[in-house]
Amino acid sequence: MSQAKTRVPAIEGWWSADGGAPHLLGSQCSDCKSYFFPKESMYCRNPKCSGTKFDEVPLSRTGTIWSFTEHYYKPPEPYIAPDPFEPYTIAAVELSEEKMVVLGQVAKGVDMSELKAGMNVELVLETLYEDDDNEYLIWKWKPLAD
Amino acid sequence: MGNEVAVLGVGMHPWGKWGRNFVEYGIHACQAALKDAGIEWTDVDFCSGAETVRNGYPGYVAGATFAQALGWSGARVATSYAACASGATGMNAARAQILAGLCDVALVVGADTTPKGFLAPNSGERWDDPDWLRFRLMGATNPTYFALYARRRMELYGSTEADFAKVKVKNSRHGLTNEYARYRKAFSEEEVLNSPMVADPLRLFEICATSDGGAAVVLSSMEFARKHTTNPVKIAAISTVTPRYPSTVIEMPNMSTDSAYSVAVPDLPFRDSIAAAAYEEAGIGPEDMSLAEVYDLSAALELDWYENIGLCKPGEAERMLNDGETTIGGRVPVNPSGGLACFGEAVPAQAIAQVCELTWHLRGQAGERQVEGATAGITANQGLFGHGSSVIVTK
Ligand SMILES: [Zn+2]
Repeated sequence: MSQAKTRVPAIEGWWSADGGAPHLLGSQCSDCKSYFFPKESMYCRNPKCSGTKFDEVPLSRTGTIWSFTEHYYKPPEPYIAPDPFEPYTIAAVELSEEKMVVLGQVAKGVDMSELKAGMNVELVLETLYEDDDNEYLIWKWKPLAD
Repeated sequence: MGNEVAVLGVGMHPWGKWGRNFVEYGIHACQAALKDAGIEWTDVDFCSGAETVRNGYPGYVAGATFAQALGWSGARVATSYAACASGATGMNAARAQILAGLCDVALVVGADTTPKGFLAPNSGERWDDPDWLRFRLMGATNPTYFALYARRRMELYGSTEADFAKVKVKNSRHGLTNEYARYRKAFSEEEVLNSPMVADPLRLFEICATSDGGAAVVLSSMEFARKHTTNPVKIAAISTVTPRYPSTVIEMPNMSTDSAYSVAVPDLPFRDSIAAAAYEEAGIGPEDMSLAEVYDLSAALELDWYENIGLCKPGEAERMLNDGETTIGGRVPVNPSGGLACFGEAVPAQAIAQVCELTWHLRGQAGERQVEGATAGITANQGLFGHGSSVIVTK
């Protein structure tokens, strides 16, 4: 009998599923309103802004594909690859509101041939790897039905 | 021109995969460059090393390591690290010393010995290091980024896998007789397209390997050079610019870009700005270039560079390639050395090796791969974490 594993984030504080749909957590400079992901907490990177205060904000959970690629070889550690290794696809996605590009693996079951630049995708949470007790979750990009 | 320094001597150790001590490759290159310059090590005022991070302390303090191996002479020393751009930063440090009048002659050297396979991050858990996190959280390898750029070309401009393979075919022919190249084999388009897919659309033979190698240049003031030689090749510009905020093109090793939400994107994206700064400094433009050495980490990336260094407009690189304009004998040959396709990457040596190659062409010493009548050339390269690298060499 298989016991349900605990689902835990592969990294703490980079996203939230509070309030239903999952979204990335970024930070926004209180002064110039620039967005940052991963969260910036020390110095605003806008050279014209000396802001040091940031608010944690949810980022758009949808965007458009900038580019994508599928990997056929097991990458080196610290990637934790399933055994046997399975190819995986990575997409670079432009968040429309924040005007920034965020990388992520593409959701399981999506064939690379279905992808195109400009395609709309949404953020989902899936297992990145697992051990005896836990499933470690990460954000992934999944095409939106037209 | 007040900003010029002379390239008095150049030297390289062949690229390969032997796993020997990096000092051996570097000293071989230094001795060749000093001999080429016709000076002694003890004539050197400033030793500028490009750092390797894979060889412990001797690598971290490469400038001093090479200076000691050549024999402590009291020369001043510095070591630069800017990932793949380390060599350019090392040359820039030397140039600044010379132009400031603090020294007459500088030796710049970089060498590396490398592990097999993909370049992997340093070991240990480092949750605040983007280079570690990109592997851990999504398996984003170096080829991931090269593949994203390649696929972007296909989506934007209709580039084909055959276009990318042709870059490799061209470079493999260029490097065929280059005694410093690690791979000297003429590839056919079919062989390239039949090699295993690594990161779609890039195949094994289209992705740069890691290599051992060493390169060195002797730079001097124009005044010193005039006493030692006639008509020395000159460095007219060294660009080591960083990106301008917001930089919205995804760059290794980041998992995200800046946001253009509250600040508009700059006129030139980072990679375009690297060469633009070099042209501005040299007071000449892309139309004046006889040849270029660019960082073909992947075959497809070479096409991006044609556009980034202004050899053609965006979307025209495939036409340039297919018309033979970037082949030796064409309008502006790119990577006559064979490029990374024939060398593989020896990180701290690579930007210096690019300058060695341009120097040989401008002197008419490039042998069978000579670009006839070359009068000016540009190098382009980029190091992780925002390090631009572009050098313009003129007759
Ligand atoms: Zn700000």
